[in-house]
Amino acid sequence: MSPISRGFHRRHQEAEPVGRVPPGQYVTHDFPVLSAGPTPHTPLANWTFSIEGGTSPASWTWEEFQALPHETVTVDIHCVTRWSKLDTSWTGVSLDVLLEEVSYDAPYVLAFCDGGYTTNLPVADLKGGKAWVAYSYDGSQLPAEHGGPARLLVPHLYFWKSAKWVRGLRLRETDVPGFWEMYGYHMYGDPWREQRYAGD
Amino acid sequence: MAGTAVRGRLSWQTATVDAVMDETPAVRTLSFEVPDWAGHEAGQHLDIRLTADDGYRAERSYSIASAPGEPVAITVERLDDGEVSPYLTQDVRPGDEIELRGPIGGYFVWDPAMSGAEPLLLLAGGSGVVPLRAMLRHRSRTGSSVPVRLLYSARNWDEVIYRAELARLGDGVQVIYTLTRQQPPGWTGYARRADPTMIAEVAWPVAQAPLAYVCGPTNFVEAVAADLVALGYPPQRVKTERFGATGTP
Repeated sequence: MSPISRGFHRRHQEAEPVGRVPPGQYVTHDFPVLSAGPTPHTPLANWTFSIEGGTSPASWTWEEFQALPHETVTVDIHCVTRWSKLDTSWTGVSLDVLLEEVSYDAPYVLAFCDGGYTTNLPVADLKGGKAWVAYSYDGSQLPAEHGGPARLLVPHLYFWKSAKWVRGLRLRETDVPGFWEMYGYHMYGDPWREQRYAGD
Repeated sequence: MAGTAVRGRLSWQTATVDAVMDETPAVRTLSFEVPDWAGHEAGQHLDIRLTADDGYRAERSYSIASAPGEPVAITVERLDDGEVSPYLTQDVRPGDEIELRGPIGGYFVWDPAMSGAEPLLLLAGGSGVVPLRAMLRHRSRTGSSVPVRLLYSARNWDEVIYRAELARLGDGVQVIYTLTRQQPPGWTGYARRADPTMIAEVAWPVAQAPLAYVCGPTNFVEAVAADLVALGYPPQRVKTERFGATGTP
């Protein structure tokens, strides 16, 4: 039983759309930035996106990546620090398109990024129109502080899984913790089950 | 990366507010008596959960302001359009019960063992000084002699948090202020937003293999971290924590 905080009450009366905001989250209209280190700036000429660890790895240059079929999606995003942002618009390449190019039977990936960041995800969460490598936000090139030139977009999981500055996926037989997961954040991170930290 | 072991479940527990102390007109430190606290590192944060009498709940994260081994404390800046910070800075009294859980995070942390003899550079924008203060206290309490420079950017002198404490840090710690909007009469310190020139003047030379921690609003952290990288600091020696526009870390 939680103690009642005497005198505390809801201050924001703005009704949040039913079923859109996971427990413990509040809606923000800003786009906060969270990252553990300086923002990397990789020249597009040096940029590649790779899928490693399958029986037939694949890699795309920036130019090749731009030529892949892309789509624009409008999704809600949920940060573990408790802000949610509704109806965000992104353009990028579906992971269905990318995973189609490799043969594999591994059930997990570890996404890797410029700056050394990693995060772990089940392959099943990347397939079926649920995940993208996005390079455009709200109609413009994705700004570096928000993960540009390209970031993972997996909106049904907490947003730390949508790794900024992503450079590829390593297919894995086992699920290993990525960067924040090593520091006690949840291995899966479903916002609707409030899986913020290990054990939640 | 040197990983802290993944811990077991972080349970909510009921803490009692032990003391409240006003740091500035808009900033207050709350210290807690927590029955079952596993200990924390300097730089970690915790989650607070408030419950209204109609069952409405709000949760927020706050940096821990106290050193390892000290009673758990947070320092909260009131955001006038906020929901939780006005309550914590105006309504809470000693003896009140509040739910919290933690510690959380393990990357933006400092311990003397991580530095050795290599100097420490702390860069704070506004209330971003809070986790850095935990590091400074930890340094003092452990008797570390690692040289430290703290650059603290605040809008004016009255908004400087921990002013008295920072004035008596003593040996091996240099505190450098920049007051970006308004300066007291006779002010001889910096009086502008942090810029590459200022960072070059304040930062330890790269050859000394310094370790840097930057905490503050996004624009401060983005600019300062980029300046350090431009000076030759390896990105993995620049740890950052950004506060979003919503004021929560």
